[in-house]
Amino acid sequence: MHKVLFAACFSAAAVMASGGAQANDELIKMQQNPKDWVIPAGNYASTRYSTLKQITADNVAKLQVAWTFSTGVLRGHEGGPLIIGNMMYVHTPFPNKVYALDLNDENKIVWKYEPKQDPNVIPVMCCDTVNRGVAYGDGKIFLHQADTTLVALDAKTGKVAWSVQNGDPTKGGTGTSAPLVIKDKVLIGISGGEFGVQCHMTAYDTKTGKQVWRAFSEGPDDQIMFDPEKTTVLGKPVGKDSSLKTWQGDQWKVGGGCTWGWTSYDPELNLVYYGSGNPSTWNPKQRPGDNKWSMTIFARDPDTGMAKWAYQMTPHDEWDYDGVNEMILSDQQVNGQNRKLLTHFDRNGLAYTMDRTNGELLVAEKYDPKVNWTSGVDMDKASPTYGRPKVVDQYSTDKQGEDFNNKGICPAALGTKDQQPAAYSPDTQLFYVPTNHVCMDYEPFKVSYTAGQPYVGATLSMYPPPGDTHMGNFIAWDNKTGKIVWSNKEQFSVWSGALATAGGVVFYGTLEGYLKAVDAKTGKELYKFKTPSGIIGNVTTYEHGGRQYIAILSGVGGWAGIGLAAGLTDPTAGLGAVGGYASLNNYTALGGALTVFALPQ
Amino acid sequence: MMHFGLAAIGIVACAGLAFAEDAASPSNEATTVGKVSTPPPEPTPIKSTDGKYLDKEGNPTFNITADGTVDWFTYSGFRHYHSECHVCHGPYGEGSSYAPALKDSVKDMSYGDFLTTVANGRKNVTSSTENVMPAFGHNLNVACHIDDLYIYLRARSTGALGRVRPANHEGKPVAAALQENSCMDQR
Repeated sequence: MHKVLFAACFSAAAVMASGGAQANDELIKMQQNPKDWVIPAGNYASTRYSTLKQITADNVAKLQVAWTFSTGVLRGHEGGPLIIGNMMYVHTPFPNKVYALDLNDENKIVWKYEPKQDPNVIPVMCCDTVNRGVAYGDGKIFLHQADTTLVALDAKTGKVAWSVQNGDPTKGGTGTSAPLVIKDKVLIGISGGEFGVQCHMTAYDTKTGKQVWRAFSEGPDDQIMFDPEKTTVLGKPVGKDSSLKTWQGDQWKVGGGCTWGWTSYDPELNLVYYGSGNPSTWNPKQRPGDNKWSMTIFARDPDTGMAKWAYQMTPHDEWDYDGVNEMILSDQQVNGQNRKLLTHFDRNGLAYTMDRTNGELLVAEKYDPKVNWTSGVDMDKASPTYGRPKVVDQYSTDKQGEDFNNKGICPAALGTKDQQPAAYSPDTQLFYVPTNHVCMDYEPFKVSYTAGQPYVGATLSMYPPPGDTHMGNFIAWDNKTGKIVWSNKEQFSVWSGALATAGGVVFYGTLEGYLKAVDAKTGKELYKFKTPSGIIGNVTTYEHGGRQYIAILSGVGGWAGIGLAAGLTDPTAGLGAVGGYASLNNYTALGGALTVFALPQ
Repeated sequence: MMHFGLAAIGIVACAGLAFAEDAASPSNEATTVGKVSTPPPEPTPIKSTDGKYLDKEGNPTFNITADGTVDWFTYSGFRHYHSECHVCHGPYGEGSSYAPALKDSVKDMSYGDFLTTVANGRKNVTSSTENVMPAFGHNLNVACHIDDLYIYLRARSTGALGRVRPANHEGKPVAAALQENSCMDQR
C-alpha cells in the first residue's frame, strides 16, 4: 500500500518516468499479472488481452462450466467482474449491488453492498438500468451508482470509505460507466445525452473523494479545460472559444456530449483518452453548428484535466452516433516506424487509427461495408475540410430537414458498434470487434426542453440492412490498413465485449446467450455454450489455483433489450421474413447470472 | 380478469395483473393507478371533429381508410411515440425487456386511465422488478400529443396498423396545428 500523496499537480509527461511511490504504481504492476483482472478493460490500454494460455485453440472445445452465480437482479447486465488475488468483485445493474466473492472458499460471499437509491432514477436512464463495472485502486472498490453517487468501498470489508454526488439525476444525469483509477485520482464520466445534460469527465481524490478537476464536453474554454494555444486539433492550436463558437446562444448548456463510455490511459505519455456522446437534441435543425466538443476523442492530462488534443469525429451529429466507444492503445509498426496508436471503433461506422501522442489521423475506414451516411473522411492535409467526414446528402437528416423521413441510413442510431468493447491481440495484431448490422429511418422534428425529461426529437425505425437477414457481425480488423480480415455473421447484434488471449482464442457473447470461442487467426468457431440469459456483458479471464477461467455475465437488456426484444420487423409482414428477423424474446429471457468456465481437470 | 372497483387517482387496487402497486408515486402527487377500469369500447369511429375521430363514447380513436391512409393523429402519434416512448416501451408499442407492450396495455385501460397514467407515472418496485414510469404531465412533448399517442396505440392494439410507419396520412388539421402551437408555447 502506498501512503504517498501528491502535494501538487505535476505538469506534464515526466511524471511516470520520474517513478516514485505513486498510488498507481500498484495498479500498473497488478495489471501485468495475468492471473488478475484489475481494470474493467483488462489494462490501461483497454486491449482486453490476456497472456494466459492454458486454454488454447486446440483444447477450448473441451471447456466446461466450472461454477455459476446468480446476481439476484434482472435487467441488462453490462461489464464484467474484477479479479484480484482470491477475491472476485461482481456488480449488477440498478440497484447496483456489489458482491465480493472468495475464490479460495467456495466462492462464498464475503461482503455485499447494496445502496439505497431513489427508484425515480430508473426511467431517467435512457437505455435500461445498466452499469459497466467497478474499479479498483488504493485498497478500494469504486462504484458509480445509477443516481450518480460515486462511492468508495473498502475492498476487504465493503464498508463505505466515502461517497460523492457526481451529477443531478433530477435533471437527467445518471451513472452507468465504470470508473478508472489513475494514480491518486478516480476518473468518472456521466450519462444523460437524451436529457440535455452538459456532460463532463471528473477526477476525484481516491483518498477523500474531493473533486480535483472537472472538464465539460462543451462550454467556455475554462469549463472544457482547453488551452487555446496548447490544445491541438489535427496538429493545430484549437484557438479561443472553440466550443462556444459552434453552438447557437446558450444551447451548449443543454448540449449533451455525455461521457458514458470507456476511458484508457497511457502512463508513459501521461494522457487519458475518452470520447463524448451525442449533442442534444437528436433533431439537428434545432442546434446549428458543429456542436463541439460532442462526438469527440479527448486526450487529457489526468493530473490537471487540461486537454492535449481533441478530434471531433462527427461534427454536427445528425444520427445519434455517440463517440464514447473505447480507445484501444497499441504500439505497432506503421510503414517501418514504431508508432503509438489509438484505435477507436466509432458508432458512426468508421474505425479510426490515430497517433495517440498528438492526435494525428492515420486511418479512417468503414468497418461495416453497409455504412452509407458518409463517403469517407477527407484525409488530404491541405484540404480545408481535412479530417471531416463527407456526408451523403441523401442521408443527411439536417439537409432533408424536419418532418422528413430519411430512409435507409446505415448504421442505425445504435451504431455499427455501441459500448461493447473490442479486444486487441498483439500476437495477431488484429482487433476483434463485436458489431451491429442494423440500418434505420430517421425523422427529426421540433421538441422543447424540460429539465429531467427526455429531449430527443426524432422518430426512428430500425431494421437489418436490405437484403441481409442477420443483425450483427463479429469481425477481425487490421487497424493499419483499415480492412476487415474475417467476419462472422451473427443473427443478432453482438452486444458483448470481446476477450483475446495468448492461447490463440477469442471469446465473445451473443444476445441469444451463447458464450462463443473462435480461432483468433481464422474466426472459426471452436466452442459455444448457452448461458441462462442473453449476453451484453464483457468476457473476462483469470487464473486461480493453477487453472485458467473464463467468466461472463448474462442478463439480457440494455438498448438491445429495447430494440430487439420484440424483433426489429414484423415477422409476419412483407417478403423474405425469415428467422433472422425474429424476436429475441423467442430465444432468451431476463436474468442476471455469472457463468465461469474452465478446462476439465 | 378481476375488477376491483374503479381506478381513479389515488385509489390503489390490487388485481391479478402484472402491475403490483406501491403507495409511493414518481411525482410527489399521490397517484398509482390501480387496475382496472372499464376497457374502452370498440374503436370504430362514429364521428369526427376537426380531423379527430371519436368512438361511440366520445374517446379518441383512429381511422384507417381502405387504401391504408391513416388519420393525422395516428401518424403524429407514431412519430411522437418513437421519440418519447420507444426508448422504454420498444418499437411500435411492442414492449421491451423491461417495460410493457403498450399496444396491449391500451386494450384493458380506459382513455381516462391512460391519460392519468401518462400524466402521473406509475411505480412497480418489488424484490424482483424495478419498473418505474415517470410523470409526463409537465413534458410538453408528451402532454401536447397525448391524444396522438393514444390514437396510435389504439390502432396498434387492434392490429389495424401493423409494425410499420404509416405510408399515407391525412393532412394536419388546422385546429390540431393551432392547438399544438398554443400547447407547446405554455413553457
